[in-house]
Amino acid sequence: MFHSKVVVTLRKSILDPQGKAVEQGLHSMGYQSVENIRMGKHVEFDVDVATQSEAEQVVKEISTKLLSNPVMEDFTFTLDTKKR
Amino acid sequence: MRKIKFGVVVFPGSNCDHDAHYAAGEVMGQDARLIWHKESSIGDVDVVILPGGFSYGDYLRCGAIARFSPVMQDVVRFANNGGMVIGICNGFQVLTEAGLLPGVLLQNRSLQFICKYLHLRVENAETNFTSTCKQGEVLEIPIAHGEGNYFTDPDTLKRLEDHHQIVFRYCDASGIVNDEANPNGSLNNIAGIINEQGNVLGMMPHPERVADPALRHTDGKKIFESIIQNFIHVTV
Repeated sequence: MFHSKVVVTLRKSILDPQGKAVEQGLHSMGYQSVENIRMGKHVEFDVDVATQSEAEQVVKEISTKLLSNPVMEDFTFTLDTKKR
Repeated sequence: MRKIKFGVVVFPGSNCDHDAHYAAGEVMGQDARLIWHKESSIGDVDVVILPGGFSYGDYLRCGAIARFSPVMQDVVRFANNGGMVIGICNGFQVLTEAGLLPGVLLQNRSLQFICKYLHLRVENAETNFTSTCKQGEVLEIPIAHGEGNYFTDPDTLKRLEDHHQIVFRYCDASGIVNDEANPNGSLNNIAGIINEQGNVLGMMPHPERVADPALRHTDGKKIFESIIQNFIHVTV
């Protein structure tokens, strides 16, 4: 059994108005050092397969097909083994 | 002359399905029926309407989950066989997620949900969905969305422009297309596009809300009239 965490964010080339708004908020709070905020989604789930490479394949497939839309989003993921 | 059969797909969270059904059935006098998203077939309909709303609560991304609902597999088959499909608002978002139209609808640049009447310029009056309009005609049709900011890569945008696939652009009352008339940040003021084959249209504004003369505005009726006119033309 594996546990995966997928993070989906808007692609770098796309303006992220929500991130901009949060950044402006932080700047007005005095955190001038914070910049380049990108908002995103976090998805966690278990994958019940035998090997790491099988799990990776499943994660990549579902991240491309459903969890993200490649036209506007990028995704990264981590994969850990999990005891049953 | 037989009536055209409009099939309006109902997803959990659709909320313009009955308006579309009313516009096609009561206002236009055609045969209109609702199709539940769990059906595996759309039946013998002539035209499919994917209505506005918040299918599956807009969870994950607008239209992302609706795209995988059972009925959509048949809608994709129907569209690929040349059947006429119109996606309005959330229906447009579903069409892009399903790959029937290119691009995506991002969050409005203002981050706000916008519900208001605005103007559209008919950029291509030679489609099956706009043939009763004049080229360059200005229509007044309302929008109601939080994610209507059309985006695609530069190559796809050029292809859309070159093939006259941009059917509607946001404009001012006199028909001028500029940034002030752009409510949501859409590339090139895009409000509606059609596929290359000309049988699948997606638009963010709501023609079904301005079809009934009792509601004063009737510009949306022209979209339904065009569909009916051209469908008859194809079958005769």
